[in-house]
Amino acid sequence: MLRVTDIHAAYGPILALHGVSLEVPAGSIVTLLGANGAGKTTTLRTISGLMHPSSGTIEFDGRRIDRLAAERIVSLGISHVPENRQLFAELTVLENLRLGSWGRRDRNGIRDDMEQVFQYFPILREREKQVAGTLSGGEQQMLAIGRGLMARPRLLILDEPSLGLAPLVTREIFQIIKSINDKQKVTILLVEQNANLALEIAQHGYVLETGRVALADTSANLQRSESVRQSYLGY
Amino acid sequence: MELFLQQVLTGLATGAVYGLVALAIVLIYRSTDVINFAQGQMAMFTTFFAWMLFDGSFLGFHIHPLHYWIAFVLTLAFAIIMGAVLERVVIRPVEGRPILTIVIVTLGLFAIFSGLATWSWGGTPKAFPAPPEVHVTGITFFGDGALDIGPTVISYHDLTIMVVAVGIMLALYVFFQYTPIGLAMRGTAQNPVAARLMGIRVGNMLTLGWALSAAVGAVGGMMIAPLVLLQPPMMMGVLLYAFAAAVLGGMDSPPGAIVGGLILGIVENLVGTYTTKEYLHVDWFGPEMKLTAALLVIVLVLMIRPTGIFGRKSLRRV
Repeated sequence: MLRVTDIHAAYGPILALHGVSLEVPAGSIVTLLGANGAGKTTTLRTISGLMHPSSGTIEFDGRRIDRLAAERIVSLGISHVPENRQLFAELTVLENLRLGSWGRRDRNGIRDDMEQVFQYFPILREREKQVAGTLSGGEQQMLAIGRGLMARPRLLILDEPSLGLAPLVTREIFQIIKSINDKQKVTILLVEQNANLALEIAQHGYVLETGRVALADTSANLQRSESVRQSYLGY
Repeated sequence: MELFLQQVLTGLATGAVYGLVALAIVLIYRSTDVINFAQGQMAMFTTFFAWMLFDGSFLGFHIHPLHYWIAFVLTLAFAIIMGAVLERVVIRPVEGRPILTIVIVTLGLFAIFSGLATWSWGGTPKAFPAPPEVHVTGITFFGDGALDIGPTVISYHDLTIMVVAVGIMLALYVFFQYTPIGLAMRGTAQNPVAARLMGIRVGNMLTLGWALSAAVGAVGGMMIAPLVLLQPPMMMGVLLYAFAAAVLGGMDSPPGAIVGGLILGIVENLVGTYTTKEYLHVDWFGPEMKLTAALLVIVLVLMIRPTGIFGRKSLRRV
């Protein structure tokens, strides 16, 4: 579904990606692991069009998207839930969700998706009229994911959904991510600090080191790999 | 008491104009953090456009002088186009540069509009019409007279200003609160990156912001012109009060801008009235100091509420 081939990307003079290639098959969950500064977030930003690669290609359903603007890419079916959530802090929960469906014209579909989001995260319905900035960290993350789903994506990109959350809340959110993938058949590309959790729900994993893919394998093999265990799993 | 009421009402009317121009400033500021110093001159320029339509000589062509409200609507359309074009042509190329760079560009616009207006229409003050009388079921609105409201009277023009200002505010409120595009504009103002990820074309929202702002400013210009006479520097004083009103209201709050404008209008009028020799027997203060007094009020308010009356510290948990 998504094929990233040898992309290089830079922030001004600072090269952040030196040839990253990865593939996300339709219907799967793929995770990107790596230390801070390895280029995980940059890879995601390049896919969703917030940055453009200096070389290399990105294909989505066989179509080149590496030169398209972020505004355009979301309409093709890629929804990016960014690092730190990036909610509209002074808008209400409902308004945030509505903006998630911006650009869609299928009123009924939007209503169904809103209902689906409330099924996943019932707390959001209770907080409907509350301003997003006043939600707890976990609720904010739920809203960010919900807002991402409102675009009815075929590929959902999640950047650090567990950041700053209590372990129990993280568990809950991961279960929902899993069921979004199972039930709605949404393909997921996940960046996550908590490698244990990520490899549990993902089928494939890529390990990035200083802007390159150091390892690529199935989750099961990565969980068994000595170097991954020592560097990222902590046992 | 009658004089006091009279002055408060007049203050509300001029305050509404300050509020409108402040609102125009806030509309641009809250989405881009840019203070548009050309706001007043843009309003003046569009008011000259309206004047051409009334005058019957449009860019050298003879036209049939238009009815007030037709010219009013055409002027709004002109302002919307002008604001949009300015954003696309002048502001877009410096987008993303340091704020100061963009602010200097708006100062350039200030000079350009002043120059263009003086060059095209000269510096002689021109009479600008107030909205004409309208009779609805025997009651007279607008026009030259004054409405008797018991203890005092209020001139129809002052009343018109207030009604128009309230109308603009309500229209903007409905637009921002209840339409998808209004919601997208609010979202874009708060988090442009997230807005892009939702598929919102941020550039279009900024263009729309400038267009709306120019239209609101144009209304301010057309409302104040009958009182101060139409001339290139007519908005200078108004702009100063409008900046003050915007700061007083909290800079990023549209209702705050209006309330700030109203407060300043009332303070200005009351100080102007009650500090004359007739009432205040001191040498060191007089009606000439009314701007100082207005600014003093702002300093006091900001000492108690540093974010302005309606300004909020942004609610964000990281």
